[in-house]
Amino acid sequence: MSILGTRVLRIEDPRFLTSGGVYTEDIVDDRLLGACHVFFVRSPIAHARIGGIDPSQAAAAPGVLAVFTAADLADLPDIGPMMPGLLNERMRRHLLAPDVVRHVGDPVAVVVTEEPYQGEDAVELVDVDYQPLPAVVDLAAAASDEVVLFEAAGTNVAASFGDPATLDEHLFDGCDAVVRHTIMNQRVAPAPMETRAGAAAWGHDGRLTAWIPNQGAQGTRASLASMLGLAPEQVRVITPDVGGAFGAKFGADPEHAVVAWVARQLGRPARWTETRYENLIAMTHGRAQQQTVTIGGSRDGTVQAYRLEILQDAGAYPRIGAILPFLTILMTPGPYALGKAEAIARTVVTTTTPLGAYRGAGRPEATAAVERAMDLFAAEIGMDPADVRRRNLLPPFTEPHRTAFGALYDSGDYAAALDKALAAADYAGLRKEQAGRRERGDAVQLGIGLSCYVEITGMGDGEESPPEENATVEVHPDGSATILTGTSPHGQGHATAWAMLASDRLGIPVDRITLSWGDTDLVPEGGGTGGSRSLQQGGMAVQQAADELIELARLRAAAALEASAADLVFDTGRSAFAVAGDPAAFVPLAQLAEAERLLVRTVFSAPGATFPFGTHVAVVEVDTETGKVTLRQMVTVDDAGFVLNPLLAEGQRHGGIAQGAAQALLEEFVYDAEGNPLTASLADYPFLSSTEVPSFSLVDMATPTSYNPMGVKGIGEAGTIGATPAVQNAVVDAVAHLGVRHIDMPASPQRVWRALQAAAGSGRSTPQASTAAGSGRSTSQASTAAGSGGSTPQASAARSEGA
Amino acid sequence: MMRVEFTVNGQQRSDDIEPRLLLVHYLRETCGLRAANVGCDTTSCGACTVLFNGSSVKSCTMLTVQAAGGEVTTAEGLAAPDGELHPVQRAFRQEHALQCGFCTPGMVMATVGLLAENPEPTEQQVREGLEGNLCRCTGYHNIVRAVLAAASEQASAAAGEQASAAAGEQASAAAGEQASVASAASAAGGRAGR
Repeated sequence: MSILGTRVLRIEDPRFLTSGGVYTEDIVDDRLLGACHVFFVRSPIAHARIGGIDPSQAAAAPGVLAVFTAADLADLPDIGPMMPGLLNERMRRHLLAPDVVRHVGDPVAVVVTEEPYQGEDAVELVDVDYQPLPAVVDLAAAASDEVVLFEAAGTNVAASFGDPATLDEHLFDGCDAVVRHTIMNQRVAPAPMETRAGAAAWGHDGRLTAWIPNQGAQGTRASLASMLGLAPEQVRVITPDVGGAFGAKFGADPEHAVVAWVARQLGRPARWTETRYENLIAMTHGRAQQQTVTIGGSRDGTVQAYRLEILQDAGAYPRIGAILPFLTILMTPGPYALGKAEAIARTVVTTTTPLGAYRGAGRPEATAAVERAMDLFAAEIGMDPADVRRRNLLPPFTEPHRTAFGALYDSGDYAAALDKALAAADYAGLRKEQAGRRERGDAVQLGIGLSCYVEITGMGDGEESPPEENATVEVHPDGSATILTGTSPHGQGHATAWAMLASDRLGIPVDRITLSWGDTDLVPEGGGTGGSRSLQQGGMAVQQAADELIELARLRAAAALEASAADLVFDTGRSAFAVAGDPAAFVPLAQLAEAERLLVRTVFSAPGATFPFGTHVAVVEVDTETGKVTLRQMVTVDDAGFVLNPLLAEGQRHGGIAQGAAQALLEEFVYDAEGNPLTASLADYPFLSSTEVPSFSLVDMATPTSYNPMGVKGIGEAGTIGATPAVQNAVVDAVAHLGVRHIDMPASPQRVWRALQAAAGSGRSTPQASTAAGSGRSTSQASTAAGSGGSTPQASAARSEGA
Repeated sequence: MMRVEFTVNGQQRSDDIEPRLLLVHYLRETCGLRAANVGCDTTSCGACTVLFNGSSVKSCTMLTVQAAGGEVTTAEGLAAPDGELHPVQRAFRQEHALQCGFCTPGMVMATVGLLAENPEPTEQQVREGLEGNLCRCTGYHNIVRAVLAAASEQASAAAGEQASAAAGEQASAAAGEQASVASAASAAGGRAGR
């Protein structure tokens, strides 16, 4: 039986469980002997002009080697936004802020010390004269350009996707019912358990070696070299164990370049590990997208038109987060045939921490918008949310389906996923339980939330820049094998998964196969790990390399056995070539590596991205007296094609579901109106703990893709994409009969309670004749809805207008 | 500087240290035991959890001098001298209760401490017992399973010792089975109670 598809335990675990992983701060290396320690002085004010910096007191403190400010780094280039074509190029920054700080946490100076504790003391002694400027936190205020962050840009708009003038004013003509609502997909902190860190040493050859926790050493090297004004060849990036990343460790950050610069300046190695406080204010955040959804259709549940208008927060400096609306727009219709649909976006800068990628990166936002819209529409017409979804899902397809937004869905059977999830959750039974509680008027009500999703993984355009990845497989004379990969594990279990792929082809046990990655001298090219691309590209490259290695070895075996290559069969049981019909005549693979290295490097190229899909069902209990929400059950169908190792795939799903639920119920990075972060520690930021989620029920479903030989898609981000709207919808559903149509995330007790108070205050018992209020387009008939199951889904049509 | 003497992973140590040195930094920098990690500044995450006199403590919130005269055990000191994994370590691997590994040494030590206090916890008790140890990768699902599995294995080992003394190996297997059934039932109970 093939090892593929089986629950192989991780070969990397014993090390993590005993001596622990070797993260950047743990590195013991001769090149780092005598390293100094770098500490950043960060702005405590959201927006200010720097009047001056007096480092004298800090410089005189015990153990301080140097204090540097932007003036010292003047030889380094300033940094423009990545993707200059898409983003406003006049929004530039420096490694240390020279004149203006634009968010709390913006670095203005560094203190370098002999010992770490000395640095923590000395940063407090750097005297910076901040002349406060008005903070810009609110997105509408940012868009108004009343206070502009970058004088050179003259606007806060960092990017625009689509022109509002091109929106079709007749989009919703002919709809029986139209609902419009503004939803905040709130800012969250990726908060990997390992904060950012870095270590740098310069060789006598003038070459930099940098240890950085990252998601792709090659891209990290490119960004680090560019910030330092170096050619990539002058930089070697080494990736230690990485304690979680979730999208926020792609590339190098300005701090990494400063650490390298300090090491060169002082002529000794330098190290840096940020505190959790710094991590929460200076590592990129995720999401932060204001969405206005408008959805319209007929009373039979058919959605005829959908519009998504996005205002994306970029934070102080446009980074990856600034362009993510592009992905949100690409995935606008989700798994549905929505009739007419349109989407536009604008990205603005604010005096807050910059936005980057966070697990899902643009796609969870798309799913959240359309799934919330589906429920709003279902409530408007008084129809069961499952029925509305089923009516609008795309029919099953095996030939790629091109959406109106240009995405090419490879394969899918969305209704099957919905049905499987509903059956596993006993949807009918849950609705019955809910009806009972509603009838009795229980204080604790039950909510059932659905989310059907399709997402994009392994991004890349099939024609112009096909997604690809390289791998090198080598068999050694002692019978072991090594693999080099351009992907970059940080918890996913690549060492085990890639070993399984090679073992299956080479007949070498997984524990004799070693994986290396993340050292740019060893693996100069690679796309890293992100966007759920690893297995479908990097893994496929390993399999392809192993196949090619077998063919290379076949020629050697033919010579060794004096047989025709065509007469040889490879016996994985013995990891040897044998002559067909004469099993006694054989030569082991290992032996074929004796005279000459037996090694293949190959590049796997995919025709395009793949589109995993599924349905999540969330069940919550809401205490209507306190607003407290308890997540009782999560049932998920996540179809990512063939599953190489169920143990690993389930782990990815669990983690994603938890992070998704965390966004729906708990997590939000909050600023006050002056731009002061209010959640800058793990005591304040409601990082999900073990008591806040249940165990999850996972349902298997595997619809293969034709884009790679194994039929695999990506699974890393399904959880956050599916779970967030399912949980949010469940919370609203629990109190829908009390007149609530929407509750923004996170659904804290306070928010839920307020929504209940507002609904009670507006007289929920008398259904209002809805005119779909401000949208002024259609009239939904209260009587129809009131007749549907005795509930009053029409009650809040007015409130559904951007409450 | 002041001198402290205590036992770390069974080894007697005597070091001159700064009075303000946190235990976690002492373990990492002075002893070179880097399994315990620092994940926050506020005693919130538990990545630094070690055992002090048999109970789990967050070593970022303890001065080294406070450990004087006591016994500290880190993840490095948990496996048997011959390298055989501790039942909790084994269960974490078996149930895939770790991904990036950063929280793992702390999570394992917290689990050892939890099971010492409550050898047969329900799922809810496990969740409450580990509330002070944060994990960003696993969603806690497999960690909870691992803790329940370790508890079950320890219970069945204990039952097995008793039984084999009385009636040989057959009884041991049955007791083991019973223990795991009981554990599964209590896990289900924990879920239903939510």
